Amino acid sequence: MKVVRISDDALALACGADDVAAAFAAAGCTVERVSSWGMHWLEPLAEIDGKGFGPLEAGDVVAVLSGTSAKAIGAIEDHPFMARQQRFTFARAGKTRPLSLEDYAAHGGWQGLAKAREIGGAATIAQVTESGLRGRGGAGFPAGIKWNTVAGAAADQKYVVCNADEGDSATFADRMVMEGDPFMLIEGMAIAALAVGASKGYVYIRSEYPHAIAKMEAAARASAHLVAPFVLEVRVGAGAYVCGEETSLLNSLEGKRGEVRAKPPLPALEGLFGKPTVVNNVLTLAAVPWIMANGAAAYAAVGFGRSKGTMPIQIAGNVKHGGLFEVGFGVTLGELVMTVGGGTASGRPVRAVQVGGPLGAYHPPAEFHLPFDYEAFAANDGLIGHAGITVFDDTADMSSQARFAMNFCAEESCGKCTPCRIGSTRGVELIDRIRARSGRVADKVEALPQMHNARKAERSLGDEITLLEDLCETMKFGSLCALGGFTPYPVLSALRHWPEDFAAPADREAAE
Amino acid sequence: MERLNQIIASHVGREGPLLPILHDVQAEFGHVSEEAIRAIAAALNLSRADVHGVVSFYHDFHEAPEARAVLKLCRAEACQARGVEALAARLADNPRVKVEAIYCLGLCSVGPNAMVGDKVHARLDAAKLGALVEALA
Repeated sequence: MKVVRISDDALALACGADDVAAAFAAAGCTVERVSSWGMHWLEPLAEIDGKGFGPLEAGDVVAVLSGTSAKAIGAIEDHPFMARQQRFTFARAGKTRPLSLEDYAAHGGWQGLAKAREIGGAATIAQVTESGLRGRGGAGFPAGIKWNTVAGAAADQKYVVCNADEGDSATFADRMVMEGDPFMLIEGMAIAALAVGASKGYVYIRSEYPHAIAKMEAAARASAHLVAPFVLEVRVGAGAYVCGEETSLLNSLEGKRGEVRAKPPLPALEGLFGKPTVVNNVLTLAAVPWIMANGAAAYAAVGFGRSKGTMPIQIAGNVKHGGLFEVGFGVTLGELVMTVGGGTASGRPVRAVQVGGPLGAYHPPAEFHLPFDYEAFAANDGLIGHAGITVFDDTADMSSQARFAMNFCAEESCGKCTPCRIGSTRGVELIDRIRARSGRVADKVEALPQMHNARKAERSLGDEITLLEDLCETMKFGSLCALGGFTPYPVLSALRHWPEDFAAPADREAAE
Repeated sequence: MERLNQIIASHVGREGPLLPILHDVQAEFGHVSEEAIRAIAAALNLSRADVHGVVSFYHDFHEAPEARAVLKLCRAEACQARGVEALAARLADNPRVKVEAIYCLGLCSVGPNAMVGDKVHARLDAAKLGALVEALA
């Protein structure tokens, strides 16, 4: 009997994988539901003896089984999208059943934890430090240093918290880990707990990921005996984007409003319930089992500059070949968008590429030479963030994207600090005026004689743009966390690279 | 009220029990009522304002029930790049279906995407989205 392997992650399901699986089962095949390979444009993708077929519909099953399908892509591992990758974290993607302890153990699972137990906490932290692993949530803070701080803190209780509040648009690597290889994340958390002396762990998953929540809960139950005495609990977010910020996430876990905390004190010293806490992103913790099993040197041997190891890059938006592409740092943005991604899905020219989610900068094709590296992007007024890439074709209106960024910040601001709470609202108003070329005259109150400091003269378009830049400056340096602090990145990059979208109507017509 | 007390009792010994309680109450009753807020506040030794503050902070909790069926349509950047705004603009006001904006379902390479209950839908076009809305109405 033929064994057909089809993913059961949320993306495959959304594309109709259940219907395809049912059709194969009805045709007499044994269907195994595995994790996704990450070639999303081919989902639902079926694998039979290493050969792939996709994107399938239930009606394609007969042709696939008779060997006449036009949707055959040949050996999956040899597909150019796969062959170019260096998969460390996603080494098991497509190959194992997510909730099978047997599959996990047979594909190298639990070796990292065994190693950590053998060498002890201090040596484990030394390994993670030597590997050069940096926080994959966006800030890029060295994981080993954070762990060391927590390990050195004296307390009766310490925690390991996994930040799985993956709210950035164009990011789905966390979801793929939780839905495709949940035991890897649990193993990573157990290693972190052992290293710093924590007994309890929480995975904070956003409520928009019901499939990830279900898989993680099942995996935590199934593996409880393997990670004991470490105890792991899944907690569910409630639709607040800002809870992806670590201190806000801790407040949310404690049952409070997800407001950002001022730092210091660092969560490493006073985190969850005031106790020393490791807060790491899913991808950071998921990278740890590989590092422990294969050695820090093997991980550090890959990468670029101070960005060591691999990054699971997520290629999304208007792109032909979207999906998960794990590769060592240093690959250029242009290679990712054009060579790997194959350009836009619409077939139109690429106009802009946003890297790093809603708080990341928009890059024009002129910046396609940028290597994927924390420092290189920072030097170009951008950021890698959680390594999500959103491709836009030439129909994108960049002043509208800038407005969206400000509006998103206004909607999702926790309200704790003024630059973010008020600045984002003023920013939306300002961009609306710029887009409508309405200008602004002094209002009734501003016009009063006693308002000595209020501006009386009408503001020109140029004045309004200067004001927007000034506002962005205030938000960038005055906000408590990355929500207000990074919203200026998409706004200012849109303004800098596509001034024609913000220009006066006459200029705009001339440009067209 | 009895069910409400059961929910509270099932979480009260946990660390940080408020969000799990609110999730269960929202799922059970479709909203978090004033009565529920009072009961939760009393059980957790919090003020009513504390609980109200948390309920109103998170998008998932509602203080009034929603009579219509809800379809959550992703309006984030990746779906924008794949044309969700044009789809959303064409959606007529439906008295029986509420189309709610959501920011990212993590299916960003196959958008536009939507979620109904726990079921996710990808690669939506005008016809598919229209059919989804119709099925709910």
